[in-house]
Amino acid sequence: MSATPSLGAAQTQTLHEILEAHRGMEGALLPILHAVQAAFGHVPEAALPIIAQDQAISRAEAHGVMSFYHDFRTEPAGRTVLKLCRAEACQSVGADALADHAREKLGIDWHETTANGTVTLEPVFCLGLCACGPAAMVNGKLVGRADAAKLDAILEEVR
Amino acid sequence: MKLYVPLDSAAVALGADDVAAAIRAEADRRGLDLTLVRNGSRGMVWLEPLVELETDAGRMAFGPMTPADVPALFDNPEGHTRALGLTEALPWMARQTRLTFARVGVTDPLSLADYEAHGGLRGLKRALTMTPAQVVQEVTESGLRGRGGAGFPTGIKWKTVHDAPAAQKYIVCNADEGDSATFADRMLMEGDPLTLIEGMAIAGIAVGATRGYVYTRSEYPVAIEMMRQAIAVARAAGVLGARVLGSDHAFDMEVRVGAGAYVCGEETSLLNSLEGKRGVVRAKPPLPALQGFMGQPTVVNNVISLASVPVILDKGAAFYQDFGLGRSRGTMALQLAGNVKHGGLFEAAFGLSLGEIVNDIGGGTASGRPVKAVQVGGPLGAWFPPALFDTPFTYEDFAAKDGLIGHAGLTVADDSLDMLAMARFAMEFCAIESCGKCTPCRIGAVRGVETLDRVAAGDASALPLLTDLCNTMKAGSLCALGGFTPYPVMSAVTHFPDDFARAREAAE
Repeated sequence: MSATPSLGAAQTQTLHEILEAHRGMEGALLPILHAVQAAFGHVPEAALPIIAQDQAISRAEAHGVMSFYHDFRTEPAGRTVLKLCRAEACQSVGADALADHAREKLGIDWHETTANGTVTLEPVFCLGLCACGPAAMVNGKLVGRADAAKLDAILEEVR
Repeated sequence: MKLYVPLDSAAVALGADDVAAAIRAEADRRGLDLTLVRNGSRGMVWLEPLVELETDAGRMAFGPMTPADVPALFDNPEGHTRALGLTEALPWMARQTRLTFARVGVTDPLSLADYEAHGGLRGLKRALTMTPAQVVQEVTESGLRGRGGAGFPTGIKWKTVHDAPAAQKYIVCNADEGDSATFADRMLMEGDPLTLIEGMAIAGIAVGATRGYVYTRSEYPVAIEMMRQAIAVARAAGVLGARVLGSDHAFDMEVRVGAGAYVCGEETSLLNSLEGKRGVVRAKPPLPALQGFMGQPTVVNNVISLASVPVILDKGAAFYQDFGLGRSRGTMALQLAGNVKHGGLFEAAFGLSLGEIVNDIGGGTASGRPVKAVQVGGPLGAWFPPALFDTPFTYEDFAAKDGLIGHAGLTVADDSLDMLAMARFAMEFCAIESCGKCTPCRIGAVRGVETLDRVAAGDASALPLLTDLCNTMKAGSLCALGGFTPYPVMSAVTHFPDDFARAREAAE
């Protein structure tokens, strides 16, 4: 069994502050994982045993929960996370072609990050922008009626 | 000068923030006293960003607006190239019956004073004069059924929780609106979050629950923020807290955010997720009404169900139940999406035909090409061909045509859509999102993709196998994910056989 890399002192302190802020909360694990990811950009492997101990669950359970949800990542994402909707309403207005364009332009597939670490491409199943698709989200910013030109402009900006 | 610019996600995705900034800058430049309200959306997404100007005659609409259109708004509003006339008089607005969405797009979403001036809190105040059993009875008599899709009578669910003895009960709002083509929950939470809070407080009083949770999606950042702020507003004003509006009833609530798992829209999976577990489906029984969140009696209702409660308590069960058709009472927030000319939210009594909704209200496709199919009820709903456009929009009529209305989202598609590809996507989606608990869903969806690939390659023997597989998934799955994925698949096979025969003909 390989040793889990440990957290640095600052990260450990942040983690304990997060755990303290969620003390006494019913069903705190998801809010904790969200807070950890917001603080660190991902959920470091070394954080899981500490979270598990705090929540009085096994490390396997903590891993099971984290790995169940698409949102939580084990590695940091690129500086820009581009999410493209793949759901039916967006497909009916050309989301597939737009996704092909993005993958070709970036030279990566879904869930991958460009070699220079700038862009991570993620599929998303519905942003609730179904009457103005294709829909995209760029670092949390919503984009409606996305097309190749809009996407190229966004990618140019974040390069 | 008073202007309204929506903060609704769809408006923002189309540039509303830039328009709002341009308005502020222009007012500053002219030294004008400007009141800019960031409201919800009126639901006419094809006109967003839709700016409104308050006038003596009513609110005037302008849209779709760009920052470049802003200066002219200050010079000569009547003559503006984007002027649409009075908002309330626009056909899209005038034809609606807005009960649940009465305030969305009208009020400042975070102003309790505005909320009360438009009828807010009247339902809660009336509920506080009644016994809990009377409140449950009122909701039962209204005929309100679960707007999340299942259509289970809300009053009966409430009665089960009301009658269950427990030290702690819960109200859980299912705001995990993951279905493509649906955005009514999002629009309500962004545009009138106080209505959902009022509805949940009434539910709490009715069943004896003192805590509530809104479980929503990480994909809905604006809705999360608006709900959190509105809860703070309600708490500060004593609408939430140890004494709801000064009564002996306690009720408080908070927002919880999911993490990108579609299956968490299923109520038992949602409860597991809320408890901090994997979002795996639970077998029923026990019903969540008896053993729900933390094993306690729990009301799990959709946003629109709960947000319809205040108007029912305010105006009475008879008023609400007077709208609708057959056993589908009241109104439904139709969401027109996909390749549709006039996309957005249209609240109407049950009973419009599918054709009226798609062609008259939606105006047909945005591309101008013929409508090929409409998927009703999200990714787990059936595809309807124009031949079935006479189907009235009710729970029963859609079930009779092997479909469902679900959360009332409609994806319109033109004749360029390949239905074999859509059937494959339905299986692929199910495979990605399956929680893995039951075999028909976990394995069936993977086999479904493989079988459809055989169909696509021209293998004639694959179609009967697909039908058989769909029957197994439908009958053997624990929840609607595996159980309803056959709807989009088999409706595509049934109504669009040409798309499934093309490869076979080519092979022969």
